This record gives sequence, structure tokens and C-alpha cells, in this order.
Amino acid sequence: MKFELTEDQVAFGEAITDLMRASDSVAVARAWASGDTAPGVALWKRLADLGLTALVVPEDEGGLGGTLVDLVVAFEVLGRELAVGPWIESAALAPQLEGEMVTAAAAPLAPYAADAQVARLLSGVAGASHPSIDTTRSLTEVTGADAFDVAALDRAVLACAAQLVGAGERVLADSVTYVKQRKQFGREIGSYQAIKHQLADVRIALDFARPLVLGAALGEIPVSAAKVYASDAAYLAARTGLQVHGAIGYTAEFDLSLWLNRIRALVTAWGTPAYHRGRVLETLTGVAG
Amino acid sequence: MNLDLTPEELAFQAEVRAWLEANVPAEPLPSMDTAEGWALHQEWEAKLAAERLSVVSWPREVGGREASLVEWVIFEEEYYRAGAPGRVSQNGIFLLAPIIFDHGTPEQQARFLPSMATGEKIWAQAWSEPEAGSDLASLRSTAVRDDARGGWVLNGQKTWSSRATFAHWGFGLFRSDPTSEKHAGLTYYLFPLDAEGITVRPIAQLDGEAGFAEIFFDDVFVPDADVLGAVGAGWNVAMSTAGNERGLSLRSPGRFCAAADRLLELWKDRGADAPQVRDAVVDAWIGAQAYRLFTWGTVTRLADGGEMGAAGSVNKVFWSELDIAIHEAGLDLLGADAELLDTPWMDGYVFSLSGPIYAGTNEIQRNIVAERILGLPREPKGPAGKETAK
Repeated sequence: MKFELTEDQVAFGEAITDLMRASDSVAVARAWASGDTAPGVALWKRLADLGLTALVVPEDEGGLGGTLVDLVVAFEVLGRELAVGPWIESAALAPQLEGEMVTAAAAPLAPYAADAQVARLLSGVAGASHPSIDTTRSLTEVTGADAFDVAALDRAVLACAAQLVGAGERVLADSVTYVKQRKQFGREIGSYQAIKHQLADVRIALDFARPLVLGAALGEIPVSAAKVYASDAAYLAARTGLQVHGAIGYTAEFDLSLWLNRIRALVTAWGTPAYHRGRVLETLTGVAG
Repeated sequence: MNLDLTPEELAFQAEVRAWLEANVPAEPLPSMDTAEGWALHQEWEAKLAAERLSVVSWPREVGGREASLVEWVIFEEEYYRAGAPGRVSQNGIFLLAPIIFDHGTPEQQARFLPSMATGEKIWAQAWSEPEAGSDLASLRSTAVRDDARGGWVLNGQKTWSSRATFAHWGFGLFRSDPTSEKHAGLTYYLFPLDAEGITVRPIAQLDGEAGFAEIFFDDVFVPDADVLGAVGAGWNVAMSTAGNERGLSLRSPGRFCAAADRLLELWKDRGADAPQVRDAVVDAWIGAQAYRLFTWGTVTRLADGGEMGAAGSVNKVFWSELDIAIHEAGLDLLGADAELLDTPWMDGYVFSLSGPIYAGTNEIQRNIVAERILGLPREPKGPAGKETAK
């Protein structure tokens, strides 16, 4: 019984964090959103050099032989630091030994292929592309896509859940920083209970989301349960974060918006909460929810 | 990272499970807040104690079996899974005992702990006063020195004392220095509830049962031997174990997991008639799992020498709201039958409603999370109109 990350796992997460911060991942994301994918591709290569896309490929197949817990560690950081590109597809759904940027559609969970303008579509024929509320994502229609097995889909759902936890953590951290400096009525707004109780609830929700995601990585609970709760927790972080920032949080210029829109996109990506609630119930009772 | 149990832990789990299967009463006991139910719950405690299962984590010489924290959580999981009776001795073994272990004299430990372990003596807390609830440090009940008799004389009133109607002993804080304010000048006293000068008046709870009571103190003498910790240090003594791992701040997940499993069974029976309740059922189950996994994380940290600290407040808000949500979902599934009195779901629901209030209201807990974990500025405190912003 040791339900905590190992020192190696913590160090691995820190290495990804350091690399992304040194590369100014937020500026990279903004460039990506405006159509300049070159900095994003460069950062992708550096992260792929750490082994990210081959993380869960067994060692005898040339991968890193990492566990799903390692995958969760990596994706929480990718969410927190706003990674761009089809990481869920290239590192979780269909892990790539050579670090290639690939994408895929996997209906009904993910009927659109993400970032097909820069990534190789694994199967099917690409159709029209549409912008996402998350300006760093594009969504491409696909016909004739091959199906994935349940294990691959579950890895993608797990990675999405971990990314949501990371994004929620970032929004909370930025919100706490903001309410400590913003003053109204002569005091930091973070000293008012109306603000602090909302942020406390976000802290609590995220504190319970992480063990669920890790528990799903260990096979203790269905990944759908982790996705439901991580979505709820991250969404609470986003709603609360926007509210405590006030009007400045509602602007595209302020970086917070990047995470708010990312969270909104990931809540329904890789299976809506309603879909996953039904799946949890079916797993537990054998009765279709 | 793993959630595996050792062979010893698995053996302990099997032993506890087998014993509970053979011994848990087939029918639920009557409410412990009735005279009949009280006696039966005390008998059950004695039965547990005979197997050293009433206080598994305590030292052997006071009735325990020196179980590890992991084993304690295992015990609790098995206990609630088996549907075993509520613990009438809970306030003593979870709230008071850790303080006696840390601050009691050897004589006090020998005198109080064994009879607490067997359920022979049941303890009631006496914290709140009519004017001191969340602001507990504003309490007014007094303790005056009596050198001639070698002790203290208590006066005042305590309220919301769970189990005090039938309990044998009480514990609480009194102001022993009349010139002191707030947290200073308080002392921790232990007193038999049949002492001369004590009047216990039961209070009917939301469901009509006398689960808590007021306690009036009229020149009640307490000998020095029944002072817990140093005179004047009562606040620190009481709070030193407020985050205690075996206290309410680490409430075991067993109760919620068992309730969530019963909810799933109810869903199988009734879900077809109430499909709208689906999300609440799923969320209740996920919440219970979140609590279980979170607790294993906490246990790992504590076993490594970490401290509970303010994380206990995160815990308390979560389990108390989860408990209500589980029971609300159950009541929703029962439909029109939900309002029937004396069903397990209604009893559990009414009990759950007290969770966000006792052991520090959830508002106080959220303040602690915001100020001590998130580092937000303290809110100004002080009398209205005399705000003292820091």
C-alpha cells in the first residue's frame, strides 16, 4: 500500500514542466492558435525526445515501458502548461515510437480528428475542418476511420481526464494569485468569504479528482469514473476562475481564457460526462445506463 | 505506486470479515438514542472489545491490538460493509482518547482508556455553549480554583452534547482564568455526568430523538486528577489532536463505500421507475470511490511521517457533503416511500444532515482550506463596527 507518486515520477513531471516553461508554452499555444504551428512543432519534438509519445510502449518494443500512472503524470503537466497538438492521440490512443504527430477519429467518443492540419491521419478520409472553442484545437471530419480497441480508448480517456486535472490546477493557481492582489472596497478580494469559499471548493474538488485519475490508472475504478469527476472538477475551476477574475477573465487577451476554453473543450471530448456516467453504471450493475 | 495489501493485512482483513459475518446482529439494533437501544449498543461494544476489535489501533494493555493505520482503515471498511451497529462509544474513542494518549497522565490512561475500550463507560463531548459555537474560544463556562479540596468548581452551560443523555462521563473546556480572553486561560476537564450539580437535559433532534443534550453545571467539583493536560493550556490540548488521523478528520471511507454500494442495489431495484436519478447514483458512487482513494493517499502520507494538518478540512467538507448526496439519491429512488419514518435511508439521511455542522462547520472548514492551503488573506475578525483588518 503506497498510494503516492514515486520520486522518479515526480521528477519526470518536473522535467516536462521545466521544458515547457523554458519554451514559453503559452506563447507557443497562442502562435498555434493563430496558424503559426512552427514553434508548436518544435516544442513537440523536444517533448517527444523525452519519450512522451512512446511512454507506454513496452520496452521490448522499443518504448519506455511506462505505466498508466506515468501517463497520468505526463498529461497532468501537459494540461497545466497548455500543450498544443494531438498528444492524446499520439501518446495515449496510438502511442508513437518515433515521436510522430498523429491524429485519428474514434466515434462516438471522438468523432472529429484533432489537429489534422499538422498531424498524420491514422485512418479514414479527412473531410471539412471546423474551429473549436479552444482556439488551439481544430476539428476535422473523418469518414471510414478504423476502430480502436477498448484499451486504447481507455488510455485516451484517462489522458484526457489527467489533462483536465492539470488545466484545473492551473486555473486555480492563477485565480488564487489574482484574488490576492486585486483590491476592492479597500481590501484584497481574496479576504472575502464569498471568494474564498468558492476557491476552497475548487481546491477540494481537484484534491479528490487526482486520486480518482490515479486509481483509474491502477485499474481500481473504471476510467469513465475518473473522466466524469475530473471534468466536473476542472469545469468548476473554470467557472469559478472566470467569476473571481471578473471582466478581465472574460477577455481573449488574458491568458486565463486559453485554459477556460481548453477545459470547456475537453469536458465533452473523449466522451461527454453523460456518456461516461452511463458507462460507469453499466460496468457496475450490468444494466445499460 | 500501488494499493496492494501485505499478507498480514490480508489475514487481518479475513479475520475481521469472518468475525463480523458471524456476529453482526441480523436485524439493525434500535436507535442508540433510546434507553433500550443504548443498552444493546453497549453490549455490542463489549462483544467487539472481547475480540480486541473495538479499538484496533490502541496498545494491547488498554484493549487494542496495535493495528497499523492501514489495518485501521481495513477494519472500518469491513465494519461498515458488514452493516455492523453504529459506534455508541465514538466520541470517546475518536475525539477524547487521542488526547488522553498524548496529554493524559499514566494514571489517567490506566483509569479511563480500558473502560472506554469495552464500552462500559461512554463519553460525551461538551464543547459548544449557547453563545460559543463556531467561535468556540468565546466560551464562558467557568472553573474556579478550590485549594481546600484540591480541585476546581465548574459553572455554566454546555450544549449540543452528543450522547450526553445516556453517557457516563463528559469532557470539555472551561475558562479557568477569569481575566483571560479567547484561547488563553482555558482548561480541559473530565467529569462524571452524574456528579453533584450536573443536570442533563435531552434535546429532541430533527427526527425527534434525544441524540444530544444540554448540560448545566452548578458548582460541580472536579478533582485535580481529572484535569487533562496543563491548567490554562486547554485550547492547545484540545486542538493538538484536532487533525488526528484517527479522529473525525480522517473519517474512514468504509461507511460511504458501503452506503454507495447499497445505493447501487437500490438502483437495480428501483432505477427503472426513476431513471432521472441515474446521475445522482453514479456521482454518489464515484464520490465514495474518490474518498476511498483520497484516504489511501492520506494514509500513505501519514505512514511516512506526514501530518494531517489543514488537509483534514478538505476531507471533512467532502465526506459530509458526500454523505448527504448518497442519501438524497436513495430517497429520490424510493419515491413516495422516501418520507416513511424509520427506514435506513431516512435515518441515514437525517444523520447525514448534521455532518456539515458538527466537528467544525463546513464554513469554518472552507475558511481553513482557503487561508491555510490556498494562502488567501485572513478575513477581518472582531466585533461588528470595530473591524480590525490586518
